[in-house]
Amino acid sequence: MIRFLLEKEFKQIIRNSFLPRMILLFPVMVLLVFPMAANFEIKNINLCIIDNDHSSYSNQLVQKIISSGYFRLTSITTDPKKALDAIEKDKSDIILEIPSNFEKNLVREQTARLLISANSVNGTKGGLGSAYLSGIITDFSSEIREKWIQPTVISGVPIMEIVNQNRFNTHLSYKIFMVPALMVMLLTMLCGFLPALNIVGEKEAGTMEQINVTPIPKFIFILSKLLPYWIIGFVVITIAFAVAYIVYGLSPAGSLGTIYVFAAIYILGVSGLGLVISNYSNTMQQAMFVMYFFMLILILMSGLFTPVQSMPEWAQLITTFNPLKYFMQVMRMVYLKGSGFSDLGTQFFALSCFALFFNLWAVLNYRKTL
Amino acid sequence: MKQFGSFVKKEFLHIFRDLRTMMLLLAMPVIQMILFGFAVTTEVKNSQVAVYDPSKSISTKKMTDRINSSKYFDVIRYLNNPTEIEHEFRKNKVGLAVVFDENFDQNLLHSGKAQVQLIADATDPNTATTLTNYAGAIIMDYQQDLMQRTKIPFQILPETKMLYNPQMKGAYNFVPGVLGLILMLICAMMTSIAIVREKEMGTMEILLVSPLKPIYIILAKMVPYFLLSCINLSTVLLLAVYVLDVPVAGSLFWLLVVSMLFIFVALSLGLLVSTVTQTQMAAMLVSGMIFMMPIMLLSGMIFPVENMPQALQWLSNIIPAKWYIIAVKNIMIKGSDVSSIYKEIMILGFMAAVILTVSLKNFKNRLE
Repeated sequence: MIRFLLEKEFKQIIRNSFLPRMILLFPVMVLLVFPMAANFEIKNINLCIIDNDHSSYSNQLVQKIISSGYFRLTSITTDPKKALDAIEKDKSDIILEIPSNFEKNLVREQTARLLISANSVNGTKGGLGSAYLSGIITDFSSEIREKWIQPTVISGVPIMEIVNQNRFNTHLSYKIFMVPALMVMLLTMLCGFLPALNIVGEKEAGTMEQINVTPIPKFIFILSKLLPYWIIGFVVITIAFAVAYIVYGLSPAGSLGTIYVFAAIYILGVSGLGLVISNYSNTMQQAMFVMYFFMLILILMSGLFTPVQSMPEWAQLITTFNPLKYFMQVMRMVYLKGSGFSDLGTQFFALSCFALFFNLWAVLNYRKTL
Repeated sequence: MKQFGSFVKKEFLHIFRDLRTMMLLLAMPVIQMILFGFAVTTEVKNSQVAVYDPSKSISTKKMTDRINSSKYFDVIRYLNNPTEIEHEFRKNKVGLAVVFDENFDQNLLHSGKAQVQLIADATDPNTATTLTNYAGAIIMDYQQDLMQRTKIPFQILPETKMLYNPQMKGAYNFVPGVLGLILMLICAMMTSIAIVREKEMGTMEILLVSPLKPIYIILAKMVPYFLLSCINLSTVLLLAVYVLDVPVAGSLFWLLVVSMLFIFVALSLGLLVSTVTQTQMAAMLVSGMIFMMPIMLLSGMIFPVENMPQALQWLSNIIPAKWYIIAVKNIMIKGSDVSSIYKEIMILGFMAAVILTVSLKNFKNRLE
């Protein structure tokens, strides 16, 4: 019996002028375009310098800052109003103010002050940008120190050396960080939205009544709705793997098999959620709104764009019930860190629970009466 | 005009009859705003840290305590072996590992040089950079204290001032973005099925034989949704100000003007979708799904537009939410006056005109 139902579902999908194209093109488009857009590399920070000193040290400092590669000098001025205006108009992100007497103070009094003003409407950009700038300035001052003073003079002062090391993504590439997570988003959207519209679509079209009068058991019916999206999901994720490899040269550090296993469970989960929503809705519009509502919450609270551990306690508690979060973790862990199955126990458990929960709910909630 | 009035009434009745959908439309922005306003933040805090300290000395213990007591870090693990670091990272347990030299204190006192390694899980590059910066600062701070009596020569002390958002609250950045995202998607989704539904239900023919001009039919479909969106706008703004503590630093009047203009653009865009698609399903997939990604990614809501490749920067110009978010940031957060958003208002106005014209043309095509 299920064979006929499946045949019907696939015919419906393939005959639709819009769906097959979307299923094939959407992943390619998303993976080609969005990793370039979802770029939070802090580079090319626009810097405006107010140099009131015009000394050789202030020049050296400016040179050092520019050659660091993080900053793009937009203007050097002596007019603070102009600088502030540039920030107001988003022409620069940070102002560095070098006071007059900067060199004199540094040489005579051994200390000099500088003022950094950062546009922090975007906290990350303002914060990281000014941290980089301070870092360069500190380096600059130790260079001067080393030039002027023999190291022996300051021996006796304990010096700690801090060595930084970045694991897994040594070049700090944001693309590598985003691509695996975007695959999750893709899968969620296609395998979540489409089933959400499916049952309610039949309700609206009136074909639901015809199915209800047949002796098909509830379980078989839901299964017939689920399987097509499962297969679509596998197609989508395979396309995604290929694009990631061809375009970004990105292949998982861990095993592809692990990802497929998790994907299989995950798709069941989100499709189940879609079916539950579809069951409860009277119109496609309602289903769409509810799905969109959940989708936006699931995506923005998954750690895709902003880290989960930065969220307030109560929000983190909510993310415990976000399947997207777990799958996102799996993708990033397997792709970048090469984590294996034994490292992913929590995620496996959580995702299995979601899949079971939503699909049981979908079966139980489906009534054969309208 | 009377005909127009009765058309508007008909559309209103459509909405009111489906109470469930209407409640959903009104409640959705509220919940989303609260969740995102609080939760979506790139601030880094409570990051979990592992420490490998073979020296077990006083100064390393003090440094570990300082790291643990800062609001950015929680030291959750003491490792016995440096190879465990990799393991902790693979399990996604910690974001940063602090590794002290063996014989740290002796090294520090005798040779005057001791090493601290900060090893970050750089899967997320920005979090990694932020964490190493913070931890580095805490360690430097400790070193300053050790050297209290010795004055360091040739010191340059940068003083940092954060403009507009001194407390570095995530909400300042995200409220304008979420405002743009929520209004845009809800508005577009609401109207995107308005016409296509009539097509599917067969009532389109009745609509077409009515003596009302297409432009009025389209406008009549927009009026009720426009009012609904204005209610959404006010609840979301009230939440931003009173719950999320994001002030309206500039003129409220102009904020409302530009918001209403933006709502109008989004509603027109929905109608455009409605005239080009054949089924409700396609209309909603276009407005809900295909629009969602570009708006989230290209509008500058989360990722700075100036970081993108040139082609995407051009592309981002056609996204209305981008201009709206700039305008909201200028007026609401920076407190600039209206002259700073002339350009954005012009662009949004132009978009409204173009979109409306195109959808009208499409609508007429069906008449023939």
